[in-house]
Amino acid sequence: MHGTRILDEADRLMTVCNSCRYCEGLCAVFPAMEMRRAFSDGDLNYLANLCHACGACYVDCQFSPPHEFNVNVPKTLAVARAESYAAYAWPRMLSGAFARNGLLISIIAALSMAAFILGFAVLNDRSVLFGVNTGPGAFYKLMPHNAMAALFSAALLYAILALAMSVRAFWRDIGAPIGGRVDGGSMFQAIRDAGELRYLHGGGVGCYNEDDQPTDRRKLYHHLTFYGFLLCFAATSVATLYHYLWGREAPYPWWDLPVVLGTLGGIGLIIGPIGLFMARMQRDPALLDESRYGMDVGFIAMLFLTGFTGMLLLLLRETGAMGPLLALHLGAVFALFITMPYGKFVHGIYRFAALVRYAQERRTAA
Amino acid sequence: MGSKYDVLVIGGGNAALCAAISARRGGASVLVLEGAPKFYRGGNTRHTRNMRCAHDAATEILTGPYTEEEFWEDLLRVTGGQTDEELARHMIRESKDILNWIVEQGVRWQPSLGGTLSLGRTNSFFLGGGRAMLNALYLTAERLGVEVEYDAEVIDLVIEDGMFLAARLKRPVKGETEIRATSLVAAAGGFEANVEWLKRYWGEAADNFLIRGTPYNRGSILKLLLDKGVQEVGDPTQCHAVAIDARAPKFDGGIITRHDSVVFGIVVNKHAQRFYDEGEDIWPKRYAIWGRLVAAQPDQIAYIIFDSTVVTSFMPTLFPPIAGQSVDELAGKLELDPTALEKTITEFNAAVRPGTFDHTILDDCRTEGITPPKTHWARKIETPPYLAYPVRPGITFTYLGTRVNKEARMLMKGGKPSSNMFAAGEVMAGNVLGQGYAAGMGMTIGSVFGRIAGREAAEHARN
Repeated sequence: MHGTRILDEADRLMTVCNSCRYCEGLCAVFPAMEMRRAFSDGDLNYLANLCHACGACYVDCQFSPPHEFNVNVPKTLAVARAESYAAYAWPRMLSGAFARNGLLISIIAALSMAAFILGFAVLNDRSVLFGVNTGPGAFYKLMPHNAMAALFSAALLYAILALAMSVRAFWRDIGAPIGGRVDGGSMFQAIRDAGELRYLHGGGVGCYNEDDQPTDRRKLYHHLTFYGFLLCFAATSVATLYHYLWGREAPYPWWDLPVVLGTLGGIGLIIGPIGLFMARMQRDPALLDESRYGMDVGFIAMLFLTGFTGMLLLLLRETGAMGPLLALHLGAVFALFITMPYGKFVHGIYRFAALVRYAQERRTAA
Repeated sequence: MGSKYDVLVIGGGNAALCAAISARRGGASVLVLEGAPKFYRGGNTRHTRNMRCAHDAATEILTGPYTEEEFWEDLLRVTGGQTDEELARHMIRESKDILNWIVEQGVRWQPSLGGTLSLGRTNSFFLGGGRAMLNALYLTAERLGVEVEYDAEVIDLVIEDGMFLAARLKRPVKGETEIRATSLVAAAGGFEANVEWLKRYWGEAADNFLIRGTPYNRGSILKLLLDKGVQEVGDPTQCHAVAIDARAPKFDGGIITRHDSVVFGIVVNKHAQRFYDEGEDIWPKRYAIWGRLVAAQPDQIAYIIFDSTVVTSFMPTLFPPIAGQSVDELAGKLELDPTALEKTITEFNAAVRPGTFDHTILDDCRTEGITPPKTHWARKIETPPYLAYPVRPGITFTYLGTRVNKEARMLMKGGKPSSNMFAAGEVMAGNVLGQGYAAGMGMTIGSVFGRIAGREAAEHARN
């Protein structure tokens, strides 16, 4: 019927759910399903990426296992979602990166951090690497600012290109008009829905993890992680402006905007990922795509590593540990950038696109 | 478990949990005995989705007022007057407050579901459906300190002179034990899953019935109560039954096996003959009568037949329609006599008079000159592929029950009220529903009488 076994199962479930509809008030997946009577591969990938995996429909379903209808929407859509990441990867030859993703991310992160340490050691004198460097331009004694900016811009631009090509394939596949302008209202709605994680809420009471009680705190931890990430990104952007517009070189004092943003973001990127990891370990395995454990945890670990090395760097930047810590932090960030299109990071991109599509569909239907 | 509880609740669905919560809030110690395992807890409540409550004004989720008087008139119409007016009016009055009370117990409402727009004014839908409602009630009950035991089969009740003393309980691991309590609330459902019992009234035909809900409603508590002197109410052959897909499982197929397409085609029996006016009335009545109609046909099977022009007029179905490019091919797949089916459809098509189709009202599309007629929504069946759903009677719940008064207190044979036995839900639905059904009534009976029974049971335990 469909390309894959999991899409066949997703089709079966959507047929069951579409003849029941009890869950339509829980999230966006079921109302989107109700706009269809039959499901193409693209439709199912759309619904899979619209699902936030809160688990409410599993706990609320009278047909979930052990019932013979065996309805497990969160798990089925989780597997379909992960398979869609590989299907839309750009370039196609790298779609294999999603198999054994945790291992791949670990190796790339390790290699990246090792490369920065090695590079710093080879290119710098020992006294510079382990010396105490303070004052404006201290970081750039270890790596010239232009080299740093060029390397990281290249990595980021590649990631953006790969993500754009991937989401384009997804957008086309889910039947959205290519080239057509997205109306501002739908875009604004999707930004709000994503920004507040509107559908990660178990229909209002919260998410489910280890049992049928909505005690999960993933929404909070996700907010800490996501907004922590954005704050860190903002910190870097402000610092870049400082550098080029006003010639003010890092490191900056603790009260200066880049450091304040980076510190707040860093705290979020430490607490958020730890919370997400703990929540993941407590979840009922019935809800999870267990084979993607590495992908989930690999991404959480990368974010944690970025926040953790950044905060250490801030705390110890006036000691002899600054050089090695800078190498580790840059290594972590570089690995994060280049693996963005080939890891769990993509969930945010596809889910946002799906939310835009959903907002459009709602407007058209209204 | 040797201690004595103030209130023992037998059953684990909406009525039982409302009783348990209300008794606990009244200060009583409460034990709930649910005969099913935890996943299947809650009896037929698992399969429900809404409740019919009176309200004087539109709310966030209800599109308009539904007065006590209108509710009463609806009840009077569907039951054909087979109801206890005093009790029914009391229930309807109490239902107004249930809309709020049930929310205080953690249940959340949502506007009427897609495909059920006609209920948007009268019925309040549970966000996430019946199992979500149950989860909320269990969570609240447990937080309040209600004890719940699953897989707890009650095998006997000790009742002396209309007074409950103890229940004998059989548990899979810990064996048999006796539980004493000051008051009893029986909320353990009807007997619809007990095919042997159904056969006493329906004969061998009951073998062909499908049970839409829980396989655990075998009526054992109802039987014990009736055997021990509680007064019986209701016609044992009466039940809420609809036509559901013949391919559905024997038990627990729930809502998704129903068919709402009768009005868009014709219905024939195994001899390919029509047997009832498919256009008699609009939803929900048209939906609720077909279970009994099919039950009266040979082998308790019928086929809804329509053509490709109407497939998108009703909700998508779990089981796909059986299709044939010709009537002949369709008849072959359904194992019906092709000549007879061809003749039925040809005669029907010839009898269809022109009109303006509108399935939301009693329109003017009707037949002339055939028996039975199709009095509304009659359109020719002539555009292949020809399609069919095989249907059988699907029993939701039975109406034979224990007689109660306004306090949900059981009455003994001879009319004397029991001192400490109360009933709520399906086990006493027959007091209000003598026959017929209107969507959401089962849950109203459960919540209203559950809440009353719990309150009264706690009150008795206090004194």
